[in-house]
Amino acid sequence: MKVIGKSVIRKEAFDKVNGRALYTNDYHSVSMLSAKLVISPYGHARIISIEYKDALNMPGVRAILTGAHLPLTGESLRDRPPLAYDKVRYHGEAIAMVVADTPSQAKNAADRITIQYELLPVVNSPTEAFQPGTILVHPKLGDYVKEQDMNPVPGTNIASHVKIRKGNIEEGWKESETTVEASFSFAPSDHVAMETRCSIAEISPDGNVHIMTSSQAPFMVKQLIAAYFHEDLGKIIVTTPLVGGAYGGKASVQLELLAYLASKAVGGKPVKILNTREEDILTSPCHIGLDAKIKFGADQNGMLKAAEIQYLWDGGAYSDKAADMTRAAAADCTGPYHIDNVWCDSYCMYTNHPYAAPFRGFSHSELSFAIERTLNLLAEKLKIDPLELRRQNAILPGNTTPTQVLLNKSSVGNLPKCIDRLKELIQWEEGQVVEVSDRTIRAKGISCSWKTSTIEANAPSGVILTFNRDGSINLMSGVIEIGTGTKTVLAQILAERLKMDVDKIHVRMEVDTQTTPEHWKTVASRGTFMAGKALLEAAEDVIKQIKEVASPVLRAEKNDLEVANSRVFLKDNPSIGVDFKDIVYGYQFPNGNSIGGQIIGRGNYILRRISRMNPETGEGRPGPEWTVGAYGVEVEFDKIDYTYRLLRAVSVIDIGTVLNEKAAKGQVMGAMSIGLAFAGRETFYFDEFGRVLNPQLRTYRPLRYGENPEYLVDFVLTPQLDAPYGARGVGEHGLLGMPGALGNALSTAAGVSLHHLPLTPELIWRTKGGEENAFL
Amino acid sequence: MKTHTIVLNVNREIHMVTVRSADTLLYVLRSKLGLTGAKPGCLNGDCGACTVNVDGWPMKSCLMLAVEAVGKKITTIEGLKDTPIQQAFVENFAFQCGYCTPGFIMNCHSLIEQHPDADDEKIREWLESNICRCTGYEEIKNAIKSVLNKD
Repeated sequence: MKVIGKSVIRKEAFDKVNGRALYTNDYHSVSMLSAKLVISPYGHARIISIEYKDALNMPGVRAILTGAHLPLTGESLRDRPPLAYDKVRYHGEAIAMVVADTPSQAKNAADRITIQYELLPVVNSPTEAFQPGTILVHPKLGDYVKEQDMNPVPGTNIASHVKIRKGNIEEGWKESETTVEASFSFAPSDHVAMETRCSIAEISPDGNVHIMTSSQAPFMVKQLIAAYFHEDLGKIIVTTPLVGGAYGGKASVQLELLAYLASKAVGGKPVKILNTREEDILTSPCHIGLDAKIKFGADQNGMLKAAEIQYLWDGGAYSDKAADMTRAAAADCTGPYHIDNVWCDSYCMYTNHPYAAPFRGFSHSELSFAIERTLNLLAEKLKIDPLELRRQNAILPGNTTPTQVLLNKSSVGNLPKCIDRLKELIQWEEGQVVEVSDRTIRAKGISCSWKTSTIEANAPSGVILTFNRDGSINLMSGVIEIGTGTKTVLAQILAERLKMDVDKIHVRMEVDTQTTPEHWKTVASRGTFMAGKALLEAAEDVIKQIKEVASPVLRAEKNDLEVANSRVFLKDNPSIGVDFKDIVYGYQFPNGNSIGGQIIGRGNYILRRISRMNPETGEGRPGPEWTVGAYGVEVEFDKIDYTYRLLRAVSVIDIGTVLNEKAAKGQVMGAMSIGLAFAGRETFYFDEFGRVLNPQLRTYRPLRYGENPEYLVDFVLTPQLDAPYGARGVGEHGLLGMPGALGNALSTAAGVSLHHLPLTPELIWRTKGGEENAFL
Repeated sequence: MKTHTIVLNVNREIHMVTVRSADTLLYVLRSKLGLTGAKPGCLNGDCGACTVNVDGWPMKSCLMLAVEAVGKKITTIEGLKDTPIQQAFVENFAFQCGYCTPGFIMNCHSLIEQHPDADDEKIREWLESNICRCTGYEEIKNAIKSVLNKD
């Protein structure tokens, strides 16, 4: 292979280092108005009155919108008003929106709006939400319109309940000699994409709705605006330029709806809405929280026999995508281990917290923390090496998943091999704890992960290829360039298939839903797989067309022709042929007669044989394949003040095939970095009113330069047979094992069992009973 | 609302613009001069996405008023052409989404100018003022070190 695997420079690289790469907020026009939100200062309150007469008279103000009479929205369950009315259910919830000529005029007017509240009791955790007789976040849950996969329980805070019933759990406990049971929890946090979300809407006199948005899901924006507001689907044109980081957070549809409503309120003029950092953290959907209970049973040899699991997901005030994460978590609830008897209840809980968007890994890094910590507790009890315990229970071809999918060598990667390589890279034989000085030690922790992608069973992806007169190709796919470099990888796949120079493939970065074929959403590490499949079909289409035109020109059977190096020629005599430039826009004979025309290739892909999960047992095929990985983290730990430094972090992932080496490693290291920040420091701190106390990057602190560990990334290569060149999804997987591995490293270092995130020195101090022993 | 007509020296070009007293340099660069390379990330000095170079030093343009920039030489990412640090960012895959990149490059560029012999500690001290959420910083470290070592 000539291009596959090479570290081809990303196509938009030079725009990005020259300040010429354009993101949604970089598009501006003189006529464009600005919208500004008024947001709730409380977690749960009744809105008594909204006074905005003064604001309406402020300079430059064109409209003020409030929420009465707007339809309910929500992707799986229509439970969310675009602007809150009657009551607010989370801190930061949008209540009113000012549209004015400039951002500062909009802000000044928004500050003049006065809202009277009556405070209501707050549901401040999913465990609180789960208590019988507690306050209801949505008393009218039973009235909401819902999708087929949703199982809400009216009269409770359960927005959806997903069940896994595999094998016979009673038998499982009988076969178990040793059991462990543990609880874990962490609060919601944030994605912190450096580009805060931004949407622009304009409605033209012909009724066309033009939206530009920083989104992972422009095609979903189109569908939802049509559904919520009864617009014609074909009249909605959503454009997405480059996106400045997303990590799942931009797969939710929110600001687009507000921009649309704002434009509608001012006669269709263009209106931009741009989140401040504080709004991006509070108002727009966040990273989900979790309260989990895990019980494992194993026989005397340490073979897992039973798992009983309860996940209470902190979906926040609205179910939106949290319900799907609840389902995805159930499907892979055990982690990558073979267990015959599984009983899992995964609940999407309403609380008075900001609502959840997908987060890189889609509930898997979160559940993995609980599973991997419990496995270490089991290893301790069994007196088995934690690495060996994982290796001997690792999921294998021939095993079944919690939803009873029988795995084969293609549909699951090679976890034992990942674990073996991890063992070398983390120098496991050296020991889990090494003394450095009187005060400091080095300690290691490990974990494993798996993930399938539970996206819609009928999710499509399409590709169009057009030729230029010089024989170069334009590649159009609905995949959004959110930073993953997927579109460059697609160019590599095409170059490989057509055996041509990758520099002669031009990739259209911008997506617009009118002229770009749909890619369902740029989520779930599915871009390369689905768009790659569509692309290979389009490449075949192009080859077929070129050969058809070339056949009479070269006076040879199509089967005797070959395509390579931007030429079509005779297989057995490559000197007889014709260059792309002379044939891809039609071939002209010497007398002027022409045949053919511009070659336009098309290809599409739809997921196959994905099925809904049985509502009583969970049985069903939720996704196409499972990528597996093994992880390690080594810390230097201070035994006196419990501070620690990240020394090394290891990820070994079965990626199938490496398509672009530096890009793949970059994806994994970047995911590890987010995972370590989530594990070690990032969380929302809530007060008793459900207010987030740290909605700024000064108090909510992602990893900064120099705080990162040394990264060791390696790949195992077990091809997925139906994927382009065998490649498995890898965008999320570096993140998945970090919370578990760091949790295990620090539990080992501190000699206590840690059950919460983030893993701060203060948490370790509290867990060690520091509060009782404090003398200050 | 008080406005001022001021003269700004940006990327070696003289621009006359009318601004409010409260307008930040970032806002004026983006909205009045169309230089959208500097990005808003927090408008609070926490993230560094808006970093430009003012009289040779890195400056978070969200923390400087436009009226404060009068008489100073401002360089934005659009003012850099084919510099070694831009090339190094490309070759080392030192960005993914690219949103923080102009700020990082302006900070690195200023560091190279001010401290061509910067050691690891100096690099860390300077670059910890910017946030990159996509990479794990490894590639950014490789990029800046490749340029510093070359010099």
